[in-house]
Amino acid sequence: MSVLIVVDTKNGEVKKSSLEAAQYGAKVAASIGGEAVALSLNASNAEVLGTVGVNKVLNVTDSSVSASDPQKVVAAIVAAANQVGAKVVVFAHDSTGKAVAPRLSAKSGAGLVTNVTSLPDTASGFVVSKNVFSGKAHAHVNILSDEKIVSILPNAFGLAAGEGSASVEDFAVDVSGISSGITVKAVKGGNSDVVPLPEAELVVSAGRGLKGPENWGMVEEMAGILGATTACSRPVADIGWRPHHEHVGQTGVAIRPNLYIAIGISGAIQHLAGVNGSKVIVVINKDPEAPFFKAADYGVVGDAFEVVPRLNEALRKFKAANG
Amino acid sequence: MKILVPISKVPDTTSKIAFTDGDSKFNEEGIQWIVNPYDEWYALVRALELVEAGGGTVTVINVGDATSDPVIRKALALGAHEAVRVDVNPADSYVIAKEISAYAADKGFDMVLLGKETISYNGSEVGGMLAEFMNLPYISLASKLEVNGDTATLDRTTEGGVEVVEVKLPLVASANKGMAEQRIPNMRGIMAARSKPLTVVAASGGAEAKTSYVKYGLPAPKSAVKLVDPENMDELVNLLHTEAKSI
Ligand SMILES: Cc1cc2nc3c(=O)[nH]c(=O)nc-3n(C[C@H](O)[C@H](O)[C@H](O)COP(=O)(O)OP(=O)(O)OC[C@H]3O[C@@H](n4cnc5c(N)ncnc54)[C@H](O)[C@@H]3O)c2cc1C
Repeated sequence: MSVLIVVDTKNGEVKKSSLEAAQYGAKVAASIGGEAVALSLNASNAEVLGTVGVNKVLNVTDSSVSASDPQKVVAAIVAAANQVGAKVVVFAHDSTGKAVAPRLSAKSGAGLVTNVTSLPDTASGFVVSKNVFSGKAHAHVNILSDEKIVSILPNAFGLAAGEGSASVEDFAVDVSGISSGITVKAVKGGNSDVVPLPEAELVVSAGRGLKGPENWGMVEEMAGILGATTACSRPVADIGWRPHHEHVGQTGVAIRPNLYIAIGISGAIQHLAGVNGSKVIVVINKDPEAPFFKAADYGVVGDAFEVVPRLNEALRKFKAANG
Repeated sequence: MKILVPISKVPDTTSKIAFTDGDSKFNEEGIQWIVNPYDEWYALVRALELVEAGGGTVTVINVGDATSDPVIRKALALGAHEAVRVDVNPADSYVIAKEISAYAADKGFDMVLLGKETISYNGSEVGGMLAEFMNLPYISLASKLEVNGDTATLDRTTEGGVEVVEVKLPLVASANKGMAEQRIPNMRGIMAARSKPLTVVAASGGAEAKTSYVKYGLPAPKSAVKLVDPENMDELVNLLHTEAKSI
């Protein structure tokens, strides 16, 4: 009985969210007394999976097997799961997991839980926690089928790489009979050094309090000093001050960074829903009654146009001293 | 073009989330229900735009009991031509997808377009399952969708970028922000919605739930905010480094 982890790559390298999934899968395997096997899609550094507890990697080396074409990935997973006798399949709940895991569930009849935030409790069944109501609550969900699929929330489990190593072998799968007809015409973005929001550990975010897009320079400056990713509130994206993909909240991207700095954002319930999983929240707002302060760990009551340049200066000094 | 838009009924975004029956059930008391924003703002509006431009019909479908009818009427008021409700209170996404596919199987839809997830259960599950049950290609998290003849071009959102994909109809796609702009129903639409067909069909009963929600909980309350003097940002940096250990 083994656990199969589906590992995707970006520019050939194992995605961070997949590494988290692999670590999770290795822990599940250890708890049910099985082997942790990863199925990686065209990975050039598959051996890194050993450091998070994976025993064996089956690496697909056929670039047509990618998340762009979920049916082919499903075929590869089914073949691998049969070969290693997998009872549990683990995904990261990222763009790959969202494209592939539900298809696998429908094909195999294995129950799926997404957005998972805990290891399974196997005392009575196979119960995992997941976030619901956009992080305003959580639920314990039992998977009733014999075979189980879980898709884990990015950034919900810290990564702790160890010394382990994994054997890596090429995995051949014949997908020539599968024609979904999907062709990739172009890939835009995604190659910059900026960490994408769902994976980001440091996020600097700003809202309507900044008055206009021309004032984002100090926000980007802060992100630059910290190596953080920028985000924004919904109205700011809706009026076109910032791109849509920066919109966080209940109807935008849900994030769980280590540190979330919110500047000139009131903290409406829909905004909080997508960011309240952040480990530490700093709020800068000139209104001491802003609801966001109730959800914050640290608060600065003051005018962003004075506070932010001052904070940037302090951060720069800190970085210079601490490398 | 015939487009099917599955819609979900979810609590209004300002709802107080609470549970009953020993935390085993969502407390629906006093809840205002809305159409799931991703279904309404992006999937339904884009479907309407496509049909307005090229002709055809938009059918909305909901798997649920009669308490869904008001939100189904809202979708009709926005311009959907007809609605179908599969009369069963579904236990999980697997059942929902199975029921929608049972209904859609012989109807010849060119496209199934739905929101990328609900804001209640945040599953991102139904679209992919439906695509598999219907044996159709699935493009998830699409922030753009154009149709030219029998070919669709979509932007699939990935981490930090998009992938432009081309695929022949029919297909299933899940809609992300960017695909369309939210519309507000007008009086004429609301009046017209009253006489548009809302067909209730019996569930096929073709699937058992694969998962069971055992118990719910709320996050632990935050401790009080620590206020830092706005003149003293060195202090904030120091706290973030030594106390919070986040930088
Ligand atoms: C169905 C629905 C879904 C929604 N989903 C989302 C979502 O996903 N994400 C989201 O963000 N919103 C969402 N919203 C919108 C949400 O309700 C709020 O309207 C929005 O979050 C407010 O954005 P804001 O905080 O930037 O602006 P405002 O509410 O206008 O707040 C601006 C803040 O800036 C402060 N400020 C002003 N000037 C300064 C200054 N010089 N220095 C410091 N502070 C200053 C003000 O005190 C105020 O607190 C949703 C709404 C609905 C109805």
